[in-house]
Amino acid sequence: MIAARHLTLARTIFRRPGGAIAGTWLACVVLAAVFAPLLTPYAYDAQVLKEAFQPPSAGHLLGTDEFGRDLLTRLFYGARTSLSVSSISILISVVCGMTLGAAAGYFGGAFDRMVTTVVDLSWSFPEILIALILVAIIGPGITGTMAAIAVAYLAQFARLTRAQIMMLRSETFIEAAQSLGASHSHVLFRHLLPNALAPVLVSAMLATGDAIILEATLGFFGLGAQPPLPSWGSMMSSGSALLFKAPWIIIFPGLAVAITVVAINLFGDALIAALDIKDQVRRGE
Amino acid sequence: MSAPLLKVEGLTKRFHAGGGLFTRQRTMTAVRDVDLAIDRGEVVGVVGESGCGKSTLARLVLRLLEPTVGRITLDGVDFTGLSPKALRSARRRMAMVFQDPYSSLDPRYTVADIIAEPFVVQSRAMPAGAIEEMLDAVGLPGTAATQYPHQLSGGQRQRVGIARALALRPEFVVLDEPTASLDVSIQAQIIELLSSLRDRFGLTYLFISHDLGLVRYFCDRIVVMYLGSVCEILPGARSKPRHPYTSALLASSFSPDPAARREIIPLVGEIPSPFNLPAGCAFAGRCPRVTEACRTQQPPLSREGGHAVACFNPL
Amino acid sequence: MTALLSLRDVSVDIGRNRLLDGINLTVDRGQVLGLVGESGSGKSLTALAITGLLPLIGGSITGGAIHFDGVNLASIGEAGIRTLRGKRIGFVMQNPMIALDAVQRVGEQIDVVSRLHLGLSRQAARLRTLDLMAQLRIPEPGAVAEAYPHQLSGGMKQRIVIAMALAGEPDLIIADEPTTALDVTVQAQIIQILTRLSRERGLALLLITHDMGVVAQACDRVAVLYAGRIAEERAVGSIFAAPAHPYTAALIGCIPREGMAPGSLLGIPGAVPTSGRYPPGCRFHPRCTNAADLCRQDRPTLRPLQSGGSVACHFAMTETP
Repeated sequence: MIAARHLTLARTIFRRPGGAIAGTWLACVVLAAVFAPLLTPYAYDAQVLKEAFQPPSAGHLLGTDEFGRDLLTRLFYGARTSLSVSSISILISVVCGMTLGAAAGYFGGAFDRMVTTVVDLSWSFPEILIALILVAIIGPGITGTMAAIAVAYLAQFARLTRAQIMMLRSETFIEAAQSLGASHSHVLFRHLLPNALAPVLVSAMLATGDAIILEATLGFFGLGAQPPLPSWGSMMSSGSALLFKAPWIIIFPGLAVAITVVAINLFGDALIAALDIKDQVRRGE
Repeated sequence: MSAPLLKVEGLTKRFHAGGGLFTRQRTMTAVRDVDLAIDRGEVVGVVGESGCGKSTLARLVLRLLEPTVGRITLDGVDFTGLSPKALRSARRRMAMVFQDPYSSLDPRYTVADIIAEPFVVQSRAMPAGAIEEMLDAVGLPGTAATQYPHQLSGGQRQRVGIARALALRPEFVVLDEPTASLDVSIQAQIIELLSSLRDRFGLTYLFISHDLGLVRYFCDRIVVMYLGSVCEILPGARSKPRHPYTSALLASSFSPDPAARREIIPLVGEIPSPFNLPAGCAFAGRCPRVTEACRTQQPPLSREGGHAVACFNPL
Repeated sequence: MTALLSLRDVSVDIGRNRLLDGINLTVDRGQVLGLVGESGSGKSLTALAITGLLPLIGGSITGGAIHFDGVNLASIGEAGIRTLRGKRIGFVMQNPMIALDAVQRVGEQIDVVSRLHLGLSRQAARLRTLDLMAQLRIPEPGAVAEAYPHQLSGGMKQRIVIAMALAGEPDLIIADEPTTALDVTVQAQIIQILTRLSRERGLALLLITHDMGVVAQACDRVAVLYAGRIAEERAVGSIFAAPAHPYTAALIGCIPREGMAPGSLLGIPGAVPTSGRYPPGCRFHPRCTNAADLCRQDRPTLRPLQSGGSVACHFAMTETP
């Protein structure tokens, strides 16, 4: 039953050209990340110094970097880093943000005021600043990056969830559930959150794109994944110094970030449109 | 004489608005000192216009809103003082049918899920065939079980709402304007359904409505409310009104009979604000039979001859 | 004397769906015609068709003719209809909350109508506004005129809307469910005001409603609309005493009235068909207790009854005596 609903949604998304192209690219990125060891001929940390700074060729489809490592391989493994870091941290952020926002919206009162104040305060800081502060505290590396991203986007999901919950709280079907004797957790988990999920999911999708950029930014400053683990950001960083000597070292990871983020945004747009249509059809007229 | 199924004593509900840094706090009295007793098997109607407090009263009786003052007794048990756990269990005996069929059903639940929910909430096992039985009882086909609310018409949705309310076989059902959003032809179907269900399951109804004609057809006794207070309780649906407001309400309800055309004497003045209730009778400012006493004192509900009326100068 | 407003065989389409089919109506000066129907019957569409507002919802008149005071509305174009609106045809809409401009004082909103359609000066318009408000029994017109809509009650707002409809001195007022959103006692007063105006000023009033009680109280003639077609059109006394169309009879039977025995309230089984899913032949036949094969095949046309009025039914319950 649930699968059928999702299948029709997927069909609606892929019917739009933006959704289809973006969806295809994202599928490729995911496949590249998952099957990197199978798809790549080299190891990502195999340094062959005499083959350094090679432009794209038959042997190295995207060229080599300053240590002679195959760029295509590093790009695929970099996809792993980017995707996993961004999606896991956004996932943590969504779960925590939704919990806080739902509790604030449902229970109201002093708790709500406290949560709203904290969330609004963090809202006023740019994400990169929050991320830098956290990385400074925790230290560079993947853990620090994930924590930074999770905290930076918490406010957004908390606010969104809170607004949705407050809007839904006055719906009669909530009152009906209460009249049956439903506990707070039943109302929250069986009625409020499922109905509040759709806009939060879309927001999470788009935030993943932002998170990829944030991860790349941190990586650019050497604060993200530490070498030799490849990340698109650190690849761009080392490539920036060699812009005129071996431009492909910065161009390919740069393109990867840009296209992936654009694809996520396009896919998110198609998702919003598809959910809208579904909602219109669902409302019957 | 057996004890009433539901008894309400001195029920009052006040809401507070404002009270922040920059706004003065204002208090609104939605329901004021209501006393009511409902016997098992009765259909008691509550009528009034907007702001009279009937919807608030419906919610207070089920403790969907907490009363500010007052007591509710269900079958001899003090309902107001129950702990949350005991309250949840007691809720099995009462149910509510809501006005808006479009928002009273969760759009993500199928009809089967909606009817099964009371069992889930009360942690009771649902007997086999319960859903089919309920669908049949409310006049819906078995195929409706897998449908979503948006696939049903308003009348069908309302039937689902009724099925949900009756799934656990409650004794007391509060109906908050259950047909107000429906077409007249569908309204009639639902009213007849409610009537047959009452006989079949031995239910007691508290029927809220703004439609006096409908209430006079369907109910045994009629409570008339104005600005949060009870002004009259008609002992029978056809009883002649004694309170001037009830009389005005009756005169304003047009019957579908051109021979019964009449000239309406309009009520002068405006309804007072519930934030600022007048000292005496709430209706004094608009009443054609007002006396000095009416403006200074609130008339008590006197129950002489079984016909309760709160008026110093009744008809 | 020709009727002030007449609709002959009017059809209205939205997209590919024909929503109104063969509508025949007339309203005379000083007469109150009730147009009765449930939701989905097309009553609001009729109002929009007469006032030329169908394009707002993507609809258009695809057949028949609407004549106002002898003039075919199709022949005068959009500009012509615009001069009629407000000046000769007043429109009272269902929800007064949305009919008024929230950021303008109500007095000004009425003034504007007089100044636009009657060319009055600012002072003259304001005097006229206050006079209209007094006629509509609005207390302290001077103070109320300075109020904003949100400061007024529902009944008061609807009276303002009626004042706006009257300000241009129209010959016809179309009131689309003018009291549905209001309390019962307020509704009674507003209906009384509207019928009094019709009698005193010789106004034609097209009163659109779903409430048969209002019809019985206020109307001279009644047209019953079902799924986009007129089922019956009669004088109000005749239609209640002896309804000719089974739908009308069933509709009257749905209303709880004085002295009804419990259990005698009959609904109409089924539901009003939605546009695009109309049954063949008579649109009411799936729900009709008298339906026969003829009803499923042949669409009944409106034919006159000797006792007056007309009915669209193969087996009309009141035949020519």
